[in-house]
Amino acid sequence: MKEKPPVIDIRDVNFRYDRENVLEHINLSIPKGAFVGLVGPNGSGKSTLLKIILGLLKIKEGSVELFGIPQEKFKEWDRIGFVSQKANSFNTGFPATVAEVVMGGLVKKVGLFRRPGQKEKDAVKRAVKAVGMESFLTRNIGDLSGGQQQRVFIARAIVSNPSVLILDEPTVGVDSQNVDSFYRMLTYLNQELGMTLLLVTHDIGTITDKVTHVACLNKYLHFHGSMEQFVELDEQELSDLYGHGIRLLDHHHDH
Amino acid sequence: MDTASACLIITTIIEGKNIMIEAIFTYKFLQNAFLSGAIIGIIAPLLGAFIVVRRLSLIADALSHVTLSGIAAGLLLGQKASLFAGVNPLYFGMAFSVGGSLLIERLRNVYRHYQELAIPIMMSGGIGIGVIFISLSDKGLNTDLFGYLFGSISAVSRTDLYAVITISAIVLITVYFLYKELFILSFDEEFAKASGIPAKAVHLAFIILTALVIAVSMRIVGVLLVSALMTLPVAASIRLAKGFKQTIWLSVLFGEISVITGLISAFYLDLAPGGTIVVTSILILLGVIIWKKEKN
Ligand SMILES: Nc1ncnc2c1ncn2[C@@H]1O[C@H](COP(=O)(O)OP(=O)(O)O)[C@@H](O)[C@H]1O
Ligand SMILES: [Mg+2]
Repeated sequence: MKEKPPVIDIRDVNFRYDRENVLEHINLSIPKGAFVGLVGPNGSGKSTLLKIILGLLKIKEGSVELFGIPQEKFKEWDRIGFVSQKANSFNTGFPATVAEVVMGGLVKKVGLFRRPGQKEKDAVKRAVKAVGMESFLTRNIGDLSGGQQQRVFIARAIVSNPSVLILDEPTVGVDSQNVDSFYRMLTYLNQELGMTLLLVTHDIGTITDKVTHVACLNKYLHFHGSMEQFVELDEQELSDLYGHGIRLLDHHHDH
Repeated sequence: MDTASACLIITTIIEGKNIMIEAIFTYKFLQNAFLSGAIIGIIAPLLGAFIVVRRLSLIADALSHVTLSGIAAGLLLGQKASLFAGVNPLYFGMAFSVGGSLLIERLRNVYRHYQELAIPIMMSGGIGIGVIFISLSDKGLNTDLFGYLFGSISAVSRTDLYAVITISAIVLITVYFLYKELFILSFDEEFAKASGIPAKAVHLAFIILTALVIAVSMRIVGVLLVSALMTLPVAASIRLAKGFKQTIWLSVLFGEISVITGLISAFYLDLAPGGTIVVTSILILLGVIIWKKEKN
């Protein structure tokens, strides 16, 4: 039996913006169906790594494969959904309805010069429903709360029915009560719809009981493995990874 | 007010209307001005909606100034070189405007951390070069120039009208077929790029169209006020609209009302249409702001 290639396969990637390397010797492969938590302190290069995966930043050293295809040749970008870190700091005065924003996720799929039709409108309604925002379809995005906006951006990312969803610190600016239901939604996408998830966060405590794999990044990838392997690490190894003492399985939020 | 004077006013208005309609049928130049104006009233706010939400309003201003230097170059060449004697200076304006838009893009990349610097550079460059051309040319230019600065009803020619129609057709077709790309690029550039949309090409198409629309609109509203027609109707509609499509429709409606009202009053009161059009759109904007305040 031939094994399926990893959904995302990063090999020996180094990256720098200016002079100093921001990422070094990154090897990371994400199997299909996994829920990967990518953790690391601020400035550790998490967003940079995601931008490399998405082809937003070009690498000179190393390689990235998506669904077994070298990134340079990869065309099916609608198989990868993306919720950027900046999604919750967009121009809130932008006059766009929830339906219009979510339709943005189908632009690539519909194709250049074509106009979306009923099929796409139905897909938008389904995605908005999947994130529990169906009663807000015609509301302006700027009139919603931070948590609601984040759900809309998830809907936009999943409307094209991608097999991978990449999220960059999606819970920043979402209050703790909504964070819980937000993670329930992610678990649903992962377990029921079989979506592979790559979730970036600087707060490891909130995700340890949700993810299947953990990757710890701080310029180097210090640890990459399944949750079982991760919890077996002792206190000393953990603080080496993360730079300071971290608390596993911590559900308290300070705000 | 007694009935007699009311009657008098009404008959004057009706007669006025008749004069206007007759005049439009009699004078080609009025047809040119009103047709061009009506079309520009649609496409300027249409592109303006994208410009405003992308916070590029000042680029429209910079491009109109660059257009002016193109017009001045065209007028000068028309005077000095017989080869260009019959060439509509508007074409020079269009060429300069497109060139200017490409240059702005360049400058925005050069000054990545001070992108807005591109605007004063282009604006002063446009005026500076324009003024040199103007001082090099013979005196007769001044009346022409006034029209280009503040708009004109009488100076709109058939070839101006044809240019307006051609550019507008291109704009409408492009926006129709690239609407979703333009929308996503405006709303969220990073997401557009991440989803593999040819963001650079779409942006380039957009900026060139903007340059062309600015150049052709300038005949009616004038260099100094063309960006107002692109932004003021949008500023008003953004306060009212639900969603981006509605923003566009309302902007076009407000733009059209401003142009038609502005042209009619310019005709009667013998004023520069740029002024009357912009004042009308400011009145609409004020009305909307006040109405919105009252409602809340
Ligand atoms: N566009 C950029 N130009 C130069 N340096 C950058 C840029 N973006 C990020 N950096 C630097 O790269 C490092 C990693 O940043 P980032 O990937 O955003 O970290 P994280 O997402 O983990 O907080 C930081 O030191 C940051 O200052
Ligand atoms: Mg980040």
